[in-house]
Amino acid sequence: MTDILIMILSTLGALFILVASVGIYKMPDFYSRLSVTIKAATLGIGAILIASALFFAEFSVTTKTISIIFFLFLTAPVAGYLIGKVAYVNGTKLWKHSIIDEMKDDPDSFCTQVKEKEEEVLPKSESKK
Amino acid sequence: MLQNFLLNILLTLVWVALTGELNYTNFGFGFTVGFLLLWFLNRRRTSNHDYFLRVPKIFAFMFNFLYDMIRANIEVTIDVITPNYNMKPGIVKYEMDAKSDFEITMLANMIALTPGTVVIDISKDKRYMFIHAMYLKDIEGFKRNLKDRTEKKLLEIIR
Repeated sequence: MTDILIMILSTLGALFILVASVGIYKMPDFYSRLSVTIKAATLGIGAILIASALFFAEFSVTTKTISIIFFLFLTAPVAGYLIGKVAYVNGTKLWKHSIIDEMKDDPDSFCTQVKEKEEEVLPKSESKK
Repeated sequence: MLQNFLLNILLTLVWVALTGELNYTNFGFGFTVGFLLLWFLNRRRTSNHDYFLRVPKIFAFMFNFLYDMIRANIEVTIDVITPNYNMKPGIVKYEMDAKSDFEITMLANMIALTPGTVVIDISKDKRYMFIHAMYLKDIEGFKRNLKDRTEKKLLEIIR
């Protein structure tokens, strides 16, 4: 019973990571690449770690596995958020078939504030020269 | 709420110490026994009843979230494997009900862990969230779904 569960979990984990790496090649723009990679990798690593915990069936291994999964699920979304934000501030374009961009020129968003600040700063530095 | 939780943890530890088996199955069983015991003892009181409603909600939310995650994952996987694209990406402005920093962080984590959606920006007054979603069949439906299925249940648990 446990053997079958280990097989299913490790195969699923490997498949998730394979899908993520194919997705990096196949997806058309930066943002969809980001969203494919982070989640599939997190889920894949989680499944493989659970399979290893079931395989060893020791208290210390299980504790380590659970803490690794906890910190992985805590940190990966934050990293993805920051990468996406920096990409948007730097002006990475969306896919050409994107249907909507409510963030462009929205006064609430942080990115438009950064752009306005840059526009304020740039003429001053030119005038100093 | 907190008092009941600490009592439950204490009962779990007592159970583990008495049975003397240090593994996760025993911890889970001890927690369940302690929970049922506390529930049984507190069933007449109405003031202290919050905790017993909240624990089943947490488990229901976890299973619900797991189901959503697997379904979205299959959607993304089909799009990656097949040669043509059937996705409609876009960035959506979403008004949050979450107020404090902790609630916003938990909500952003939940959204980011669902495949196909990434939180890109949060406005400075912490009212709006900018989400890049890959499957926007209808925008209002997406926002309503996010509000009903994820945010309301999450806030019920945390608050």
